Amino acid sequence: MFELTPEEWTAIRLSLRIAIVATAVALPFGVAVAWLLARKEFWGKSLLDGLIVLPLVLPPVVTGYLLLIWFGRRGAVGSFLYDVFGIVFAFRWTGAALACGIMAFPLLVRPIRLSFEAIDRRLEDAASTLGANSFWRFITVTLPLALPGIIAGIILCFAKALGEFGATITFVSNIPGETQTISAAIYTYTQVPGGDAAALRLVLVAIVIAMAALLASEVLARRATRRLHGE
Amino acid sequence: MLSLDVHKEIGELALSVSFESDGPVTGLFGPSGAGKSTLVNVIAGLTKPDKGRIVLGDEVLFDSRRSIDIPAHRRRIGYVFQEGRLFPHLSVRKNLDYGRWMTGAPDDPAELARVVAMLDIEPLLERRPGKLSGGERQRVAIGRALMMKPRLLLLDEPLASLDPARKSEIMPYLVRLRDKVGIPMVYVSHYARELQRIANVVVRLDAGRIIAIGGPEILTRADEAAFA
Repeated sequence: MFELTPEEWTAIRLSLRIAIVATAVALPFGVAVAWLLARKEFWGKSLLDGLIVLPLVLPPVVTGYLLLIWFGRRGAVGSFLYDVFGIVFAFRWTGAALACGIMAFPLLVRPIRLSFEAIDRRLEDAASTLGANSFWRFITVTLPLALPGIIAGIILCFAKALGEFGATITFVSNIPGETQTISAAIYTYTQVPGGDAAALRLVLVAIVIAMAALLASEVLARRATRRLHGE
Repeated sequence: MLSLDVHKEIGELALSVSFESDGPVTGLFGPSGAGKSTLVNVIAGLTKPDKGRIVLGDEVLFDSRRSIDIPAHRRRIGYVFQEGRLFPHLSVRKNLDYGRWMTGAPDDPAELARVVAMLDIEPLLERRPGKLSGGERQRVAIGRALMMKPRLLLLDEPLASLDPARKSEIMPYLVRLRDKVGIPMVYVSHYARELQRIANVVVRLDAGRIIAIGGPEILTRADEAAFA
């Protein structure tokens, strides 16, 4: 009953790969956008803010469908990426990673932005009097001080990417071994007769992964906070 | 020689001062809101004046007419802030080393040993700022500013956040600094007694303007009583 079948293992491995790649690729963009929103005033700032949060409030199917229109092989962006770089998103695991990354992006940006906003800017002034230019101030002061928020953002993004269903299945469908994640596999098993045991097994796996991610973030965030407050 | 001609409006304050000082320790004296901190921030390059000219030794740091504005990180001016502003995520040793790290200067263990000995901070080196007392923190902040080998040292109310006992703990280090290290200093305080002990030249500010300049004797008994 608790033995996982090769198909289930495939779905688990694929889910982890998609979530990790989505988080890793989104992270630098997330940090950059969070910094812009926290520190800069510019034309269209509210618009950018809104665009980032949009996937959180839109029906996931809508986001998935928009991705299909733009990033499909014949879509405006999709055909360009294919012609120039040979990159294909439609019905590939990379497309699932793209959908997960976009859906999880607001959850990544928010805690990082909050931690940038909470940093005492006077520490950055102190760094400049000690000879640090803006790049090194960011690397040696801003980024380490924002670390607890960055960790929280990574975990939230990872967990969201792991569980994303609606946009992914709309954009890249539900192909075993290519785009069938844990969520999609559970959905499939609940639709076929006798699939309950398999669905339950994957439900347990999903719970374990989510709990592990939460615990990891708790431990890492506590360690980072302790580093900031002495010892 | 520090030569200043600075004009800057921030909120309620209209700062407009012009003076030259050979120091070595120039005291800025005046009540809160007189513009003392704004003036040191301008010297450090953290606040940009509306117009004027700042010359340190033979280098022009700022000149609005010639569009010269050397950024803070290239001025090599040490700054000891009222609240220390040590980096909380770095050990005391790394805080002390930060300036050298940023400027890419070679390692100088002799200088570190000298500064550490002068400020008695040897036992603190591996600790983090969160675990230091107020007095210890200010000593490390002074050490951090010295370790970057500044051409000028700015001290903005370095004792203000300390209780009287801690104040008398730090003062001897500052006097030692003046007598042994030989770096010119600008020392901001609204306590007359502090400036009488450390400053050679006192600039008295009020509401953004200089109302008197001279030796420590321009500080009166009334000034001493004001915050005693």
